[in-house]
Amino acid sequence: MHYQPDRGFQHPVASEITPKAVYETRRDCLRALALGAAGSALGAWAARDALASTAAPGKLAPLPGARSSVSGAATMEKPTAYKDASTYNNFYEFGTDKSDPVRYAQSLKTRPWTVAVEGEVRKPGTFDIESLLKLAPMEERIYRLRCVEGWSMVIPWVGWSLSELIKRVEPTGNAKFIQFVTLADAAQMPGLRSSVLEWPYVEGLRMDEALHPLTLMAFGMYGEVLPNQNGAPLRLVVPWKYGFKSSKSIVRIRFTEKQPRTSWETAAPHEYGFYSNVNPKVDHARWSQATERRIGEDGLMTKKRPTLMFNGYESQVGQMYAGMDLRKFL
Amino acid sequence: MNRLLLHPAIRPGVFLFALTPFLWLAYAALADTSGTLGANPAETLIRNTGELALRFLCATLAITPLRHWTGWQALARLRRMLGLFAFFYASVHFLCFAWLDMGLDLQAMLADIAKRPFILVGTAALLGMLPLAATSFNRAIKALGARRWQVLHRAVYGVAGLALLHFFWMRAGKNDFADVAVYGAVIGVLLGWRVWRKWRPITS
Repeated sequence: MHYQPDRGFQHPVASEITPKAVYETRRDCLRALALGAAGSALGAWAARDALASTAAPGKLAPLPGARSSVSGAATMEKPTAYKDASTYNNFYEFGTDKSDPVRYAQSLKTRPWTVAVEGEVRKPGTFDIESLLKLAPMEERIYRLRCVEGWSMVIPWVGWSLSELIKRVEPTGNAKFIQFVTLADAAQMPGLRSSVLEWPYVEGLRMDEALHPLTLMAFGMYGEVLPNQNGAPLRLVVPWKYGFKSSKSIVRIRFTEKQPRTSWETAAPHEYGFYSNVNPKVDHARWSQATERRIGEDGLMTKKRPTLMFNGYESQVGQMYAGMDLRKFL
Repeated sequence: MNRLLLHPAIRPGVFLFALTPFLWLAYAALADTSGTLGANPAETLIRNTGELALRFLCATLAITPLRHWTGWQALARLRRMLGLFAFFYASVHFLCFAWLDMGLDLQAMLADIAKRPFILVGTAALLGMLPLAATSFNRAIKALGARRWQVLHRAVYGVAGLALLHFFWMRAGKNDFADVAVYGAVIGVLLGWRVWRKWRPITS
């Protein structure tokens, strides 16, 4: 089989290409706007650039984010219904059933909340959630989310690139990896009673992955603060990796020289690797990863859709893994 | 109680009771827009039908011990129906997997059965039930002879073991054995009682 690296010209999704006819009338559109032919109506529409356009569900405190300029930051695919994204969750600290998090996470206290940043950095410290919210301008990122179990969603997150935090704490030359630690409070998290995983939940990224502009520290989704069951008050989102790599409810970020051992690697090393990049060509130990079910969109009888290499972010992240055997580095 | 169990309304009543979950799931699947089956309706259908099959298998296996413990001999009238419902839900379970998860793609299914041991074991359990369902009517019992029929139908113990292994293996991916332990205990008691009866020291 020939491996063909994505050079940025191959678009797996035709809908990502602007039709020529539309592209050619761009100036006409602009002219119409400038002339104010439909001035008052279109003026508001044009101003949407200031704030991204996802309609807030009106459940939690608003947290708007500006449209992001990062490449790949806004897929044009239809966002998953908020109800599905906030009721079908894997957050084992609250139980292993998909409906457990929404049921048991409501009592999670997200204030006060601090995040300890430590290890191989020149400026370690403890960050309060309020100061993290103000650390960098909030952006909206509409990412595909592919779960290792074979389902996917499209979620408009709100947050800033993790690199904003990394550069402020000044990693030393020894910092090669970053470890993320999730809250483990048995009083608030009934799932900790089970021995499914080793607690606290630990995840990690290589430094270049952590610095990649697509790697998001998210505080909100759908224009509002994160629901508890989705990892409030702050979580990681790494869109080209299987969902479990995106740590929720983070309390500790440690910069390390050695590759950290993650909770899933400890639980089942032959099934869940450190990298866990979305890859349709490398099956999970117990099932195929070639296809996925898009939640809320593919009908009951619809065939599952093909999974994309690096979850469709190959042109943005593929070069980080050049020369690596992705069958070996799971 | 025996007289109540012999009432003509009992069997139709149990039949309706056993069919209700299927009717409800079928309704929810067809009226899909309401979201009654949650964010992942296919998964909900596959899991619910599987668990229903397991429950009816337990109910079938419980009939004989219950008769001995309670003296309600008329329970025997319900055993065949419960067994057939176990087979029915197992078949729907397989159909849901084949259709909703595999898109009726035979090649993908064969690859999946080879790839996932728990699917192989589940398929074996279903195939094991097939001859039992096929010989469940009175004429088959007569044709086989009661003795041979009974020996054949002891295969249900093996089916129960395979079904439990299938469930255990499925949940093993998440080290989540709470539900498996419950079904394991129930089936363990029901089969253990039979072993104990066969091998107990003969008294009096």
